Amino acid sequence: MTLELSAEEEAFRDEARTWLRANSPGRLPSMDSAEGAVAHRAWEASLAAAGWSVVSWPVEYGGRGASLTEWVLFEEEYYLAGCPTRIAQNGISLLAPIILEHGTPEQRQAYLSSMADGSVVWAQAWSEPEAGSDLAGIRARAERDEDRGGWVLNGQKTWSSRAAFADRGFGLFRSDPDAQRHAGLTYFLFPLDADGIVVRPIEQLDGDAGFAEIFFSDVFVPDSDVLGGVGDGWRVAMSTAGNERGLSLRSPGRFCAAADRLVDLWRERGEAVASVRDAVVDAWIRAEAYRLYTWQTVTHVQAGGSVGAEGSLNKIFWSELDVDLHETALELLGADQELRGPGAPAEGSWVDDHLFALAGPIYAGTNQIQRNIVAERVLGLPRGDSGRAR
Amino acid sequence: MRFGTTEEQRDFAAALHDLLQRVDVPTVARAWASDDTGPGEKLWGSLAELGLPALLVDEEHGGIGAGAVDLVVAFGVLGRHAVPGPWVESAAFAPVLLRGVDGAGDLLSSLSEGRLRVAAAVEELAPRAGDVRGADLALLVRGTEVHRATVGAHYTSVDATRTPADLVPAAALGDAGPEVARAVDHAALATAAQVLGAGQRMLADAVGYVCVRTQFGRPVGEFQAVKHLLADVKVALEFAAPLVHGAALALDAGAADATRAVSAAKVAATDAAWLSARTALQVHGAVGYTLEHDLSLWFTKVRALSSAWGTQDFHRRRVLDALLSAASAR
Ligand SMILES: Cc1cc2nc3c(=O)[nH]c(=O)nc-3n(C[C@H](O)[C@H](O)[C@H](O)COP(=O)(O)OP(=O)(O)OC[C@H]3O[C@@H](n4cnc5c(N)ncnc54)[C@H](O)[C@@H]3O)c2cc1C
Repeated sequence: MTLELSAEEEAFRDEARTWLRANSPGRLPSMDSAEGAVAHRAWEASLAAAGWSVVSWPVEYGGRGASLTEWVLFEEEYYLAGCPTRIAQNGISLLAPIILEHGTPEQRQAYLSSMADGSVVWAQAWSEPEAGSDLAGIRARAERDEDRGGWVLNGQKTWSSRAAFADRGFGLFRSDPDAQRHAGLTYFLFPLDADGIVVRPIEQLDGDAGFAEIFFSDVFVPDSDVLGGVGDGWRVAMSTAGNERGLSLRSPGRFCAAADRLVDLWRERGEAVASVRDAVVDAWIRAEAYRLYTWQTVTHVQAGGSVGAEGSLNKIFWSELDVDLHETALELLGADQELRGPGAPAEGSWVDDHLFALAGPIYAGTNQIQRNIVAERVLGLPRGDSGRAR
Repeated sequence: MRFGTTEEQRDFAAALHDLLQRVDVPTVARAWASDDTGPGEKLWGSLAELGLPALLVDEEHGGIGAGAVDLVVAFGVLGRHAVPGPWVESAAFAPVLLRGVDGAGDLLSSLSEGRLRVAAAVEELAPRAGDVRGADLALLVRGTEVHRATVGAHYTSVDATRTPADLVPAAALGDAGPEVARAVDHAALATAAQVLGAGQRMLADAVGYVCVRTQFGRPVGEFQAVKHLLADVKVALEFAAPLVHGAALALDAGAADATRAVSAAKVAATDAAWLSARTALQVHGAVGYTLEHDLSLWFTKVRALSSAWGTQDFHRRRVLDALLSAASAR
């Protein structure tokens, strides 16, 4: 494909390719297990040491100040080299952009470098038992403690990815009890081992403790750990939602690499399961479409445009592609498709990745919510019975 | 890195769009369908003045010498407006094919001036020419041999503006060699762009309709079941578009994977456009199921074009074959 890369961009890609192919550890044990978390942190540390952990960040926090184009190139190379999933992901893609934009100089100093090298892993604590799709229904509260110069947190968060093995959390709390819904929320940063916090791991469909409930009873957080303005939490948080759905959460590299592996699987087993031929082709075409769509978005952003509600198109597309692609692989595995672990084809990685993919249409705003957003904000259909599009 | 159209290409699209806005194209198309080809021929002339049939003809023969990216920009607009006539054959297929044929210079000149409408059949791809109405020249391709042909039996298409027909070889024109494959790729890609434009138009019209049609005391576009259908169409169309653009870039660059890119684009654009057609029909209710409603023009065209210049199965096979024979898929 003719992307008209500049000499500098090509040099960047080649350097990334060389390093990643030489250093990729391949698949590691699940990052949602104690053993896997350790291995993934070590991988983050070696990425960071070589300057590949957060290429798009400013140099002073461990980045390379890479352009958006270079970031996408890096991501392509990362997955083509078979590198592992990123345990630091939610910090890097959801929290860091906010710290860079809304954080104080002290917060940037304190939190960015340690996030980049995997020594401090962050968990996102937004959802609550009664606030899922309707996130503005948050009930966990923050009360002012003037004497100590901070806030006292109480309540419950849930479904917090990697909280079982993470060090710190970031979340939204109701700081003004009289305010409704989107108003009166504040964005807090806190250590997960603070006094008054109890983390209860929850086993996901794949059997690992991939997310957790977090209980807060009288947890003190100093003013210095308020991110953005008091009462401004919704606006601050939504600037990460845009990031999450738009470009940063799932780069095309991941799906292109998976589609290429699917073609290889067809090569091995296609004759036996001819009925899925079209699904193999379509998965590859969709991954390619996602790749080119991303380049189109990058071109748009580099020309000064922004990604607004269109990020929802993206989220629907990659999450459904991911499920379909892996279900096609399972079809190709025939009766082996239920096997996990040792003795299973590819050590069960197709099954594991399928289970992982199944969550995609749920997290980061369910695909029903994304369709509401596309219909109302992209197509301009009248609001009505679909609730406030998040 | 840049991936997108240039300002010049967007201006060209806007000029075509303005022209077609001023003409009542649905009326032209309906006239064409009932064999009153006068208004359509006049429209052909106007589009020729903007350079449409000259795009792929080289300057030596009075053409513009533009590339596939310009071509898909133009065909997107034609699709949006349901312009009738053998445009793919005349502006995408023949100019590339005839480049490879010795002594075809006069034909190329006539093409670029808009004086020649072409019907074409490639035997390996389809048993007949897709559209012979209004054509002045019929070309039949066997292997790499190009023949002038006469028109045999006519058929009726689900798209009333199209007239499929058998072609009977008359006189050999010459051997077009590798240009046959390139011409087929350009035709398939132009068709992909055209159906994508049609799909975008049907979505826009469906959105417009559900905002004004009320039932149960509110616009039906407020119902979530309707919203989600339309959102899915938007997703499909948005992600097919970059495949079409990417394939055009690949053709222009003479890239080794250009054929694969064209087939991928044709598959995705056709599926997206057909989803748009089905959905537009559904959200219009019964009025959408009438020939009188203009939706029928786009709906039937997308259905007919879904097998033109290669069926979905043909193109999926080509993608897979290319993937399996490549050392690395990307
Ligand atoms: C693997 C995984 C990891 C996660 N990680 C995190 C994390 O790290 N941090 C965090 O805070 N949260 C996390 N979540 C939670 C996630 O954000 C929520 O699950 C999601 O927002 C949906 O909320 P819910 O589960 O309460 O479903 P509900 O909101 O109860 O939805 C139930 C169903 O109703 C539908 N629905 C709801 N409202 C509407 C509407 N208006 N229109 C149409 N349909 C509607 C939904 O689409 C869904 O199908 C994670 C979830 C998963 C599965």
